[in-house]
Amino acid sequence: MCGIAGLIHRGKSSNVGSELQGMLQALKHRGEDSTGYALYGDTDGKNFIMRFKVGENVGEGSSSVMEDVSVYDERKKIVDQTLAEMGAKVVKEERTLPYSLRYEIDYDSKDLLDFSQRIESIPGVEILSMGKSLEVIKDLGNAKMVCDRYSLDKVVGTHAIGHARMATESGVDIKSAHPFWGYPFSDVSVVHNGQLTNYWNNRRVLENKGMRFMSECDSELIAVYIAEKMRHGATLEEGMKESLTGLDGVFTYFVATKDSLGMAKDTMAAKPLVLYESDDLVAMGSEEIAIRSVLPQEIDTYDPFDGEVKVWQI
Amino acid sequence: MANLKTVSKKSKAQSMGMHTEVLTGRTQQKFFNPDEAENFYYFGTYDVDFNKRTELDVKEMTAPEANKEIDNLMSQGYGTIVIKNPQGKHSLGVGILNKLNLIFEGSLGYFGMGSCDGPIVRINGRVGWSCAENLMAGKVVIEKNAGSCFGAAIRGGDLICKGSVGARTGIDMKGGTIIIGGDAGAFTGFMMQRGRIIILGDVGINLGDSMYDGTIFVGGEIGSYGSDAVDSELTSSDQDWLKRKLKVAEIGENFDVSKMKKIVAGKKLWNYDNLEPTEKKGAI
Repeated sequence: MCGIAGLIHRGKSSNVGSELQGMLQALKHRGEDSTGYALYGDTDGKNFIMRFKVGENVGEGSSSVMEDVSVYDERKKIVDQTLAEMGAKVVKEERTLPYSLRYEIDYDSKDLLDFSQRIESIPGVEILSMGKSLEVIKDLGNAKMVCDRYSLDKVVGTHAIGHARMATESGVDIKSAHPFWGYPFSDVSVVHNGQLTNYWNNRRVLENKGMRFMSECDSELIAVYIAEKMRHGATLEEGMKESLTGLDGVFTYFVATKDSLGMAKDTMAAKPLVLYESDDLVAMGSEEIAIRSVLPQEIDTYDPFDGEVKVWQI
Repeated sequence: MANLKTVSKKSKAQSMGMHTEVLTGRTQQKFFNPDEAENFYYFGTYDVDFNKRTELDVKEMTAPEANKEIDNLMSQGYGTIVIKNPQGKHSLGVGILNKLNLIFEGSLGYFGMGSCDGPIVRINGRVGWSCAENLMAGKVVIEKNAGSCFGAAIRGGDLICKGSVGARTGIDMKGGTIIIGGDAGAFTGFMMQRGRIIILGDVGINLGDSMYDGTIFVGGEIGSYGSDAVDSELTSSDQDWLKRKLKVAEIGENFDVSKMKKIVAGKKLWNYDNLEPTEKKGAI
C-alpha cells in the first residue's frame, strides 16, 4: 500500500512544495519508508536542472550498504569531469546532503540519452531527474522529514506529483523510491500505486530497445514504458492509454511533463484515487484527506472509473 | 447424570448440565425474548430522543475520539447529532448499533458508517471506499459521490448515493437495498448473494460477476455482463417496488422505471442444491 498525490494549478503558480508536503503527509499511514517529490518549479527555462545522487541514504531502515563520504566526493569529481568533457557548464551547484546534489547546467544538446548514459556509467551515480523545470527529490522517511531535509516548502511552481512509499517488492532505498524520471525525456516524471505483474517481460523488451532501468521496482516500468512510447512519437495521453493494455496488474499512476499532468487507472479499478477538478486547480490523491490538506472547505470530489485516463494542461 | 426419563421437560437442560456454566461479559443474561422484539436492544445501547439535538465539531478530533464522543452523546439521550467538519476523515460513525439521526455536514473518508445497525444517516458530502460496509439495518443517504466497494457485504437497510459510485458496489452483499442516482463502476454486484441494487445511470464492465442471487436494476447502459449474470423480465410488481423505493429514497422522481433492465444470477455457477459426497453416501 503506497499513497500518491498530485496537483496542478492552471494559469498561475503556487507554493507547490508546501502543498504537496501537506498532501503526502496526510497519506503517511500508507507508507513512510520513503517519500518523493516531483516539483515543477518556476524557472527561466534556460538551463537544465539535474538532480542526482552519488550514494544512498544508509540511515535507519535503509537496505543500502554504508559507504565512506570520500567515495561520494570521488564520484562527484568524475561527474564534474564528465560534464566538462561533454561541454556542459555547471552554472550553479548545491550539495544538500553528502549523497544528493543539484546542478544547474548550461547544456545545448537535446540528446539527453547520450548525456545520461555517460553520467550514469559512473558507478554509484544515478540521475534522479533532468529537465528545465522538473526536480525530483526523494529520500527515506515521511513527507515532512524529506521536505525539511531538502527545504522544499518554499518551492513555487505550477504542478507537482509525489509518493509516500511502503516498500513491498524492492528495497528501502532512494533508487527504488518514486517518483521516477521518464529517462531520457526532459521534465517527465511518474508515480505509481499498485503492482505490475508483467514487469520482467516488459523490462526485457524495453531493455532490448535501448531503454534503461535503474532499480528493480516495478513502478519504474511505467516511466520507461511511457518514455519509450513518446520516443516513437506518441503523445503523453496516447502513451498512457496504451499502457492500460500493455501493463498488466493493478495500478493508479500519475505522469507529469513540463506543462501537463495526467492520471491513469487500471481496467479493474483496484487502486484508489479521489479527484477534485476546478477551472484553476486539479488535486488528486489516494485518499480524500490528501486533497483536504490543500482544500479544507467542502468540495465536490469523485473517483475516476476503471480504465480512465485524464490529462490536464497548466 | 440425572435420569432424564424422570425429570420434567423444563428442568431437562439443567439436569444435563447445560446451565452450569458461568456467563461473563456481554452475553450475561442478555437473552432474546421474541415477545419483547420491539423493545430489543443490543447490550450497551441507549434509549435516545430524536427531538434532543446537538452538534459535534470533529475538526480537531481523531476518528476514535469522534466515535467515542458520538457514543457519549447517545448515552446522554441525544437522538439527533449533527457532525461538523468531518473533512474526509476515515472510519467515522462506525459500529453504531442504535436508533439515531446522524447528519454529517461534509465528506467522509474510508469505512464511514461501517458495521452499523439501525441509525438513519445523511451525509451532505462524499464518502470514500467501503462506506456502510456490513450495514445491518437503517438508512444511509449520501448527497454526492461515493468511492469503491460501496455497501460491501451489507445485510440489510437502505444505502443511497445520489451521485456516482466507484467499482465493486455491493460486493458480497447479503441483503438490503443499494440505490445509485448516477453511474456505477466495474464489477458492480460482484459475488452478491442477496438483496437489490438499483442504478439509474450507466454501469461499468462485468456487472453482477459471479453473483449467487439477488437482483440488479439498471437504468442506463451496461459496459458488459459478468460471469453468470443474465437478463430477466421486468415485471409489473418489480416496477411498483422500484417506484416505491425511489420515492422513499427521494431520488429519480421522474425516472421511467419501465425501461430499466433487470439482471439476475443465471445460477449455473453455484450448486447448493447438490449434496456433498458424504451426504450422498448417507442418502444412499
